[in-house]
Amino acid sequence: MTTSPHPPLLSPGYRSTVLRAPRQQPILLAPSLSELTGPVLGEGPVVAGDADLSVDGSGEAQGQRIVVHGQVRDAGGRPVADQLVEVWQANAAGRYLHKWDRHDAPLDPHFTGLGRTVTDGQGHYRFVTVKPGAYPWGNHPNAWRPAHIHFSLFGRAFTQRLVTQMYFPDDPLFAYDPIYNSVPEFARDRLVSQFDLSATVESWALGYRFDIVLSGNSATPMETS
Amino acid sequence: MSAGPTPSQTVGPYLSIGLTWAEGPYVVAEDAPGAVWLHGRIRDGAGEPLPDALVETWQADPQGRFHTPGFRGFGRCGTDDDGRWAIRTVKPGPVEGQAPHLVVSVFARGLLHRVVTRLYFADEAEANGGDKVLATVPPERRHTLLAERDDEGYRFDIRLQGDDETVFFDL
Repeated sequence: MTTSPHPPLLSPGYRSTVLRAPRQQPILLAPSLSELTGPVLGEGPVVAGDADLSVDGSGEAQGQRIVVHGQVRDAGGRPVADQLVEVWQANAAGRYLHKWDRHDAPLDPHFTGLGRTVTDGQGHYRFVTVKPGAYPWGNHPNAWRPAHIHFSLFGRAFTQRLVTQMYFPDDPLFAYDPIYNSVPEFARDRLVSQFDLSATVESWALGYRFDIVLSGNSATPMETS
Repeated sequence: MSAGPTPSQTVGPYLSIGLTWAEGPYVVAEDAPGAVWLHGRIRDGAGEPLPDALVETWQADPQGRFHTPGFRGFGRCGTDDDGRWAIRTVKPGPVEGQAPHLVVSVFARGLLHRVVTRLYFADEAEANGGDKVLATVPPERRHTLLAERDDEGYRFDIRLQGDDETVFFDL
């Protein structure tokens, strides 16, 4: 029996889970073709420039420019090629471009915080962005989220769908963050990117590597035809 | 970095920045033959609507086939301030002898992992009666998986917690 790396839905330290986590046990479902297939979104929603969050049509975002890259694989270690990767994040000051974010930090006119790309034939993706700031939230007194980038991945099957958050190495806020700590201790380091000198671009941007492994099985293409 | 599966994390309150597509709710065009709205509200354990949730659907085409050219099969809609979502699509055909259904993911602030359910159609009583997945659900909870016909299409409310909690599945 393998131990799940995923957080329990009810994690009371993260207050929003208390009224939103289902209380009934989920019913075990043997995946059928409905679950073993999934959308092939590829380039569909992606437009040119979506993989570079650090510039918009009229200027450059403020902050520490970074490259974030990695490989997406399935549980068997096979690369997940040609699949959509979506990211979103706060700006360098720790502020989201969202009507509900009231944090007293500046918005950046050249930063939306949205990125999209498609993995290549070997499952690799690469974004250019700025390092997001930490920001306060109302979960508990003096609560601050460690800097993070939200990631959304589809894999090859409905079973493999994953939304997660990528963190940065050695963040002192890890010890105080109930969302990061909702993950079983043995798996927390899988959410932390590594500084990557080989992806660092001289005189331009620091590199970080974040590899992603998707749980769940998929049908082979032949089985779906 | 470890090679084990990457853990899930919540989409957080600002999911609409990253996960909104203008065309997301349209599995098929507004005027496609047989198109209906699948729609509903999402509520928490206190009965409050979720304004920061997202529904995603995946389904076969009307003949029960996946990956038909020209049929995306995938729908995505964030909830509005009243917790409402709506997806324009066509009723799927039967898959592997199962009753017509869509598979559904729900993401939200406060959900550290998506929850997964299935949308069946209340007006397919005969097919539903023979469905192997519905058969695993206690009879008194099956109605939480049935979308009811209405003027716009079919209504499917999702209750994350509490009385009439929607049945969720572990894949």
